[in-house]
Amino acid sequence: MVGTDLPIRVVLAKLGFDGHDRGLKVVARMLRDAGMEVVYLGLRQTTDSIVAAVEQEDADVVGISMHNAGHLTLGPMIVAALDEVGLDVPVVIGGIVPDADLSELEAAGVAAVLGPGASVEEVVSTVRSAVGRNGIT
Amino acid sequence: MDDPRSTLSGIPLSPVYGEGPLPGEYPYTRGVHTDMYRSRLWTMRMFAGFGTATDTNGRFRELLRSGSTGLSTAFDMPTLMGRDSDHPWSLGEVGRAGVAVDTVEDMADLFADIDLGGVSTSMTINGPAAILLAMYVVVAEQGGVDRGQLAGTLQNDILKEYQAQKEYIFPPRPSVRLVTDVIRFTAAEMPRWNPVSVSGYHIREAGSTAVQELAFTLANGFAYVEAAVAAGLHVDDFAPRLSFFFNSHVDFFEEIGKFRAARRIWARWLRERYGAVDERSLKLRFHTQTAGVSLTAQQPETNIARVALQALAGVLGGTQSLHTDSHDEALALPSEEAARTALRTQQVIAHETGVTGVADPLGGSSYVEWMTDEVERRAEEVFAHLDEIGGGSILEGVHEGIQSGWFMGEIAESAYRFEREVNAGERIVVGVNAFIEGNGSSGAELLRVGQEAEDDQLARLAAVRLGRDSEAVAASLGRVIADATDTGVNLMPSLVRAVEARATVGEIVEALEGVFGTYVETAVV
Amino acid sequence: MESPEPEAGLSAVVELAEASRSGDRRATARLLSLVERGGALADEVASATQAHVGGAHVVGITGAPGSGKSTITNSLTTLLSEAGQQPAVLAVDPSSPLTGGAILGDRVRMNGASDAGVFIRSMATRGHAGGLALAASGAVRVLDAAGFDPVVIETVGVGQVEVDVTDAADTTIVVVAPGWGDAVQANKAGLLEVADLFVVNKADRPGATDARRDLELMLDLSTVTGRAGFERPSITMTTATEGDGIGELATAVAGHLDLLSQGVELDRRREKRRIAEVRAHLEHLLVGAADEMLASEGLQPVRASESPMMVARRLAGQLLD
Repeated sequence: MVGTDLPIRVVLAKLGFDGHDRGLKVVARMLRDAGMEVVYLGLRQTTDSIVAAVEQEDADVVGISMHNAGHLTLGPMIVAALDEVGLDVPVVIGGIVPDADLSELEAAGVAAVLGPGASVEEVVSTVRSAVGRNGIT
Repeated sequence: MDDPRSTLSGIPLSPVYGEGPLPGEYPYTRGVHTDMYRSRLWTMRMFAGFGTATDTNGRFRELLRSGSTGLSTAFDMPTLMGRDSDHPWSLGEVGRAGVAVDTVEDMADLFADIDLGGVSTSMTINGPAAILLAMYVVVAEQGGVDRGQLAGTLQNDILKEYQAQKEYIFPPRPSVRLVTDVIRFTAAEMPRWNPVSVSGYHIREAGSTAVQELAFTLANGFAYVEAAVAAGLHVDDFAPRLSFFFNSHVDFFEEIGKFRAARRIWARWLRERYGAVDERSLKLRFHTQTAGVSLTAQQPETNIARVALQALAGVLGGTQSLHTDSHDEALALPSEEAARTALRTQQVIAHETGVTGVADPLGGSSYVEWMTDEVERRAEEVFAHLDEIGGGSILEGVHEGIQSGWFMGEIAESAYRFEREVNAGERIVVGVNAFIEGNGSSGAELLRVGQEAEDDQLARLAAVRLGRDSEAVAASLGRVIADATDTGVNLMPSLVRAVEARATVGEIVEALEGVFGTYVETAVV
Repeated sequence: MESPEPEAGLSAVVELAEASRSGDRRATARLLSLVERGGALADEVASATQAHVGGAHVVGITGAPGSGKSTITNSLTTLLSEAGQQPAVLAVDPSSPLTGGAILGDRVRMNGASDAGVFIRSMATRGHAGGLALAASGAVRVLDAAGFDPVVIETVGVGQVEVDVTDAADTTIVVVAPGWGDAVQANKAGLLEVADLFVVNKADRPGATDARRDLELMLDLSTVTGRAGFERPSITMTTATEGDGIGELATAVAGHLDLLSQGVELDRRREKRRIAEVRAHLEHLLVGAADEMLASEGLQPVRASESPMMVARRLAGQLLD
């Protein structure tokens, strides 16, 4: 069958005020270079705009980058917002997350957390395993 | 060894070595003062701010008791974005990465029992900088200190927000007008105040190279000069009060070359292009912070060594003040113990190493002089590009570069190139892609700000809203709107009145947005 | 949220198409994914949606990188949505030629439209069986059948593949920005021929009136006036970041549809598009069959004395038999 394994479609965004987008842009390039299609929403997104994008773009996974210690509030919030409309799409969080918070995020349904300094291989394999396929055509 | 005039072995030292131009002489490549740190050390300025104003006030007073003369204020994200603590997006952000300030009442608590006539205060804020300055003036004058007595620095560098840090509110042109209003206001009424700290730090943190950091920052500086001159000031009326803020990264000699080139370029451009004659206009003074982005979450103790080397580069490059990062900053806000170690690092450089004994000790080194020339040459290429796309104006070139996404694209490419090099192992980062034995979670105590601060701040804001004269607030905001509409009027007086009436940061920002609009970036991925 | 697997087949596709028509956006999004995936299910999607197309005015927006296409698309669709229409956007972005991956960065400039409820779908240029133009046509068909109107296709105006996408549109808007001789560049890129409407964006900048004059001049000199010689394109000045001129553009777009509908031009264009699509499918089928034939038989029966052309004629005879 021609091209049944489509490229993985990733929605990347930042929530709220936090303007540090260096990491998100680097990750966007890493995933592109791993053959994924990255729908880049950028800064200052709301849970509504992220949910709308995930739905309309038929995304396989959402990546949210956070640098302001708001992950314990915002991480579970986005997972809940997706759940509420019945979108079963894994959420990966990137940024500065202390080890002590990992279990709380996991309990809230966050699929994976990528810390600072994650290598390209870690980023790509984390996204692939969250989605459950390689997405190579 | 605290006697900079001789070495540990007792060898006597001259204040400077080499042929002219010497430190303190045009074009100031070797430093802005004749004997640099022999007569006066750099200012060890450490950044503080968390929780409510009262929380941070406690930290400030402790710093003053332990001998600091300068305070440096970090605001939380909602304040930086000009939004109140009860704005929907503020959820989870209030008091987390800095102090929350919604009204002049918070500013009063922030500086309670501190003699504002006797300290210098640095405020790291950009989009709503004019409003925060108005609050500081009101608090001082209510405490009996005249605005003319106030000393300090407002970061107020909006251009780099569009290029790198992304904490903008209004579109670039009205934002530059606000910057210019602050410059005019302080030039007339606050002679000890630095109205703009032109900042490359954030450009570098966003992933630029050293050359890009230097070139974009100085170009922004030229842009503010052009804007203030267009507003009717003479360059020597305000240029002596412009200051700079650079990053000190790990590539030791490139950083030193960058600092030296910065001084030479600024002096030449201010004299030759902008017609400055006052020597103080030509002298580029700068604050340095070590590179937060270079800190690793892996084996965080290693960061102490990085910070020490970066701080040393800043000192050998001739900085006027220095902030050293805490080694745990890749993990969380700095803990008090880590912040102390960072300050001690500066003290070791200042008092033990002897590098302060001679001004510009590296001057005349073939390599350092070559690096300085090369960094300067590459920066000049950027200025030529901006001058061209701006039709002979750096201000217009910077606007064009922002609007077209040129700056953002350049920075994003550099950031990605660096990551690729690290990933391919072409560039070693200790503990990340080499020497990783011993990685694992650190047992260090991390500072956490809880939900209580947010709850407290919301209660305080609600109380201020209840207790104020809402008609007076509305009238003062009406005046802000009227003045914003007239580009010939300086907004500072109406901002001072609005702040006095207890209008919140968010309310004033929304009033201005009604006239100026809200900036939505043309994102470059 | 798994898309239906091939074995789920026709009934699942029909269900999705019904849900999509009744306003289920997730169903629409899945149909679009099936179209992108290609193959048998994409054909099912085409069959299930075909009966319901024709309601949408299909508008193409193209222009050089940085001319402000996304911002115009954002402002225009936001305006139309606020006026009670139900616009959808298909934003096409180039894939990396090396990895096949893509950064789809148009949506980032469409926050206003997204907040206003506009349906936005990003599509990468590569990896479509049968080519981008076919996939775009299939996606437009899905959006049209779902009841969106207008359907706006935004594509970067460099390269023939991208420009061809505008063939799927009833009305094509070409965006030009002042400076760097953009009008001339647009001409070189063949955009003059495909334009029904021109927009000079960033009209607040110096050089905007020059850009307009350059366009007028090129239109004066051009032998092909407007697309297929239909009508001389109008020129609208906009500053999309401020929303200036967007109302005029909306009027021009609606006016162009009226003009097309007055005569036979709209039908002619749609007919031409249909033929082009049939032709593309035919080509795809024939190429597929040829590849299959060569793969299964190889060149076994080929005599070295026979020229490649003679072999091809003989095999084509067998293929079409």
